[in-house]
Amino acid sequence: MRLNPPAPPSNPLRDERDHRLPRIAGPCGLVIFGVTGDLARKKLMPAVYDLANRGLLPPAFALVGFARRDWEDEDFAQIVHDSVRQYARTEFREDVWAELSKGIRFVAGNFGDDAAFAELAETVAELDRERGTGGNHAFYLSIPPKNFGAVVQQLESSGLSASVDGAWRRVVIEKPFGHDLESARELNDTIGAVFPSGSVFRIDHYLGKETVQNLMALRFANTMFEPIWNSNYVDHVQITMAEDIGIGGRAGYYDGIGAARDVIQNHLLQLLALTAMEEPLSFESRDVRIEKEKVLSAIQLPKDLSLYTARGQYAAGWQGGKPVIGFLDEDGISPGSSTETFAAVRLEIDTRRWAGVPFYLRTGKRLGRRVTELAVVFKRAPHLPFSETATTELGQNAFVVRIQPDEGVTMRFGSKVPGTAMEVRDVNMDFAYGDSFTETSPEAYERLILDVLLGDPPLFPRHEEVELGWSVLDPILDYWATLGQPEQYSSGTWGPASADEMIARDGRSWRRP
Amino acid sequence: MSVRLEDVTASQVQDAISQERFRQGSSAVGRVLTLVIIADESTQADAVRSAAQAAREHPCRILTAIPRPGRGEPRLDAEISVGGADGLGELAELRLRGPLAHHIESVILPLLVPDAPVVVWWPSRAPAVPSQDPVGRLAQRRITDSAAEARPLKALQTFADGYQHGDTDLAWTRLTPWRALLASALDEPYDGITGATVFAQSSNPSAALLRSWLEFSLGVPVISRNTRGPGITGVSLHVRSGDINISRPAGRMARVSLPHAPERDASLPRRATDGLIAEELRRLDPDEIYGEVLRRFVTPPAQTTAASRTRKAK
Repeated sequence: MRLNPPAPPSNPLRDERDHRLPRIAGPCGLVIFGVTGDLARKKLMPAVYDLANRGLLPPAFALVGFARRDWEDEDFAQIVHDSVRQYARTEFREDVWAELSKGIRFVAGNFGDDAAFAELAETVAELDRERGTGGNHAFYLSIPPKNFGAVVQQLESSGLSASVDGAWRRVVIEKPFGHDLESARELNDTIGAVFPSGSVFRIDHYLGKETVQNLMALRFANTMFEPIWNSNYVDHVQITMAEDIGIGGRAGYYDGIGAARDVIQNHLLQLLALTAMEEPLSFESRDVRIEKEKVLSAIQLPKDLSLYTARGQYAAGWQGGKPVIGFLDEDGISPGSSTETFAAVRLEIDTRRWAGVPFYLRTGKRLGRRVTELAVVFKRAPHLPFSETATTELGQNAFVVRIQPDEGVTMRFGSKVPGTAMEVRDVNMDFAYGDSFTETSPEAYERLILDVLLGDPPLFPRHEEVELGWSVLDPILDYWATLGQPEQYSSGTWGPASADEMIARDGRSWRRP
Repeated sequence: MSVRLEDVTASQVQDAISQERFRQGSSAVGRVLTLVIIADESTQADAVRSAAQAAREHPCRILTAIPRPGRGEPRLDAEISVGGADGLGELAELRLRGPLAHHIESVILPLLVPDAPVVVWWPSRAPAVPSQDPVGRLAQRRITDSAAEARPLKALQTFADGYQHGDTDLAWTRLTPWRALLASALDEPYDGITGATVFAQSSNPSAALLRSWLEFSLGVPVISRNTRGPGITGVSLHVRSGDINISRPAGRMARVSLPHAPERDASLPRRATDGLIAEELRRLDPDEIYGEVLRRFVTPPAQTTAASRTRKAK
């Protein structure tokens, strides 16, 4: 499967038959806004180091941190050093670090501060001269979405967003992309006014490129799944993303956002699109996007939202052997908060392939265990030539794509229980891509950053997909807004009773993933 | 935990592996290939450790065959471990004694993972024509290591003469980071290249392959200069407007200097064997570029340089 565009033919040392050569980004710089935040310290900067250590960053690379705090370059370097040391995936080597840190700068200022952006522009220009970054810069907005507008406008007025002489300027934003359709459009207008759509990279860090590629390989490189991947054989599909943790210290972010906006809007709908879409003409970004957009526009909401949506809030309880507090008791959450920490919804897809096949999506915090999976559950065999007692323990066949932890595939089918009696029971067959796959395969952030630097966008959702996601979710959120506080569920369980009732109405039940 | 089996047949080894998997409840681990290592007592331990590391990325069955030729009855001793702490796949160490040492394939064949690719790796001494070797014939991918042969350049020449698709050599794998860095230097616009120089320890097979690769892809003459190493210490591409130089004096960091750009350092460490094996297992189709490079391979004439003369003078 080729997801990378071929390298320009002008380079005699790059031969397309040469599968060994990794692609190294050209000279460039990365500017991180909100560099003092958790994400930047624990994920972004360690990933930058890991890329450098693996030799995938160009020798001419620079990193500029922008944040409020008043730090000197050296203090900043020290803090980055410490967090990289602690969180880097690959071995920490001082000589690699020493080289990387030569290109690290820090600029302090507020997002409204013109002088700070003038200083940033000066710093970037200086790096072009000193480090040879060639005017290519990516701006990573690791900041609350409400500040996107201010920063993007500052980038424009300070001249930073303008690319000259064939150099590129890109902007990276993380979900959530707005909090409803309207705000998503506003956000898109704000960013689109400054950066062309091809230069905007939307990142969903839950959904690594590796996962998407695995899923596409599974569906489109094999013959044995495709013939049954439709409503003739599939009974229903369950897509689950469960976290065992609570909101931690993220009350400020989470309150008012909730599980549906945080996870369903982007992550689960992306997984749904990848599961349900038709085969793209190629794996070029455009072709994949067309198929995803088609299937997202075919999504139908349940007619009666009260019957086929469910939401909940985690209450105090025991989670994996430890007592934990409820959502309403978390620091920074008002006792009257109606933000949901669990959301489930039944969707249908109006296409010939999926007519009548419900897709059940659910996500939540403080659930039984941390797991993300999508399960395609098949219809029962139309006729079972067994006595009734022989198949009482036989469930429905299922094909489960495990996304995390231990990425892989599980197949569930009936098998005879050894012995003289004819008795059929469900068994699971597992395939894991590698028991510690994640240790040797690049971590999601490394690939994301590398793709941004290489300008390789295939798997980043474009604003069309984001907006389609919101048009699915908005009516549900509007309906929920009329309901008051969500139902409580004990931490460490699989969500509120209403979610079980919702799926039981169809005579089905949730898998215990 | 490992299980020792003495004087057994291949099918008894297979049974023991199955039993051990069953006992551990790990019968559901996917194995994507069989890696056969043919080694002697002095090299097998390191090779198995590297392979087990690589198996973390590519779950596989690792069969290590250690021929112990000599007089006496033919006899197979085996030590197996499944899902142990040292690796996640299945390891079987097979000692083939007496005349059996010359019939390794008879033990390997029944132990291959059904219908999965086979890779064979000779960590030290490889047969002259790997694809003709009885075990090599079973494999899609045959990994040699010319650097571990007594006379590396001669070995490389031999492999070049007998090259078949599917052959690969770790001296080539070691070059990947060098090649990547060189290729990235040419991603930027540059003037015509008139020639190149490779600086390396004498008799370094990777340097010889690098030279051949540069000649093949750039179509310019490439000369070698001997240095004290370690390994390859530098490459210069001679460009009309000024040279592109990459130098790595200490085997860790490389200094890159391009015309019209500031000098920079890049991480370019010498590679550990597990990384090499993992890279080899990533693609199992023929490495056509290696084939071309090897076919053009010519033993460079012996030469003396300032560095080697000084050493002789001491």
